[in-house]
Amino acid sequence: MAQLSAADTEALIAYSTRIGDDALILSHRLAEMCAHAPELEEDIALTNIALDLIGQTRVLYSYAAELENKGRDEDKIAFLREERDYRNLLLLEQPNEDFAHVIARQFLFSAMSLPFFEALASSTDDTLRGVAEKAVKEVRYHLSHAAQWVIRLGDGTAESHARMQAAIDALWMYTGEMFVMDDIDRRLLALGIGVDLDSLRPAFNDAVGNVLDDATLTRPADGWMASGGRSGRHTEYMGFILTELQYMQRTYPDMTW
Amino acid sequence: MTDHKAWPLYEIFLRSRNGLSHKHVGSLHAPDAEMAIANARDAYTRRGEGVSIWAVPSASIIASDPSDKATMYEPALDKGYRHATYYDIPEEVKNM
Repeated sequence: MAQLSAADTEALIAYSTRIGDDALILSHRLAEMCAHAPELEEDIALTNIALDLIGQTRVLYSYAAELENKGRDEDKIAFLREERDYRNLLLLEQPNEDFAHVIARQFLFSAMSLPFFEALASSTDDTLRGVAEKAVKEVRYHLSHAAQWVIRLGDGTAESHARMQAAIDALWMYTGEMFVMDDIDRRLLALGIGVDLDSLRPAFNDAVGNVLDDATLTRPADGWMASGGRSGRHTEYMGFILTELQYMQRTYPDMTW
Repeated sequence: MTDHKAWPLYEIFLRSRNGLSHKHVGSLHAPDAEMAIANARDAYTRRGEGVSIWAVPSASIIASDPSDKATMYEPALDKGYRHATYYDIPEEVKNM
């Protein structure tokens, strides 16, 4: 790959970090489900997904740290930033509420994430391409797992149907942000590194449409969409996540396991 | 999903490599057969254990009763001629 300008490198660092932030925050939410899923088998499934996401996070943060070359490492990026420095999608910090919310959040994100990584797998950046090639296999399973549950809960009992629909309705306003292109996206797209987020919509719409149909659920109307995560403006839940996520590292600086 | 006990038990069989037969690795609960495969993938194949999964409803397996052990298996022990090791192998036969 050609040598990047300083500004391009900055953008690449920000890009790697925020894809990593998405994975880290969702992974944390899934980890909260450990020992709280409806069945032991589902506990294992959700924590497996969380582990896949942590794996993605580590590579992306390490890459950002390497490009940045300021002595930070993956741990410092994960644990020693302020709330405003996290650039994850607002969808991913939404609380677990009930199992339907956990599944709806996973489903909506994975439905975007799969075509995202499929597109990123042709990035001109070797590291991002490598991350994407591995992530595609993982995320395909995450999507399939979540979709299976959306269908079973939606097409299940009256109560499971109502709760699954409520979860989809509640989280829908956070889906718009997944497709918003900002300066970083546009710059990296022009370099052949990043992904055209707008081009992911058909795959997202297909996945969501098919699964909600099978689940006898109604796709919410595209109304007002919340955004802000990509510029560091988070919902009220983010502070609580970071309090727990960063507790050990803040209490015992530089601790290692 | 209202009745927690409604999830049936499945026996999980894995084929570790093509050419080998599926082997029993354990059991798990799942709401249906498709989810049993998904759960088996998470519980039993995350370390590259297999290339194929079978999920069989445990209720479909008819098993011998352990208390019938004597009737079922012991008669074989005193009939040595049923085992290959009972027979002397001629010197000329090097490898068997």
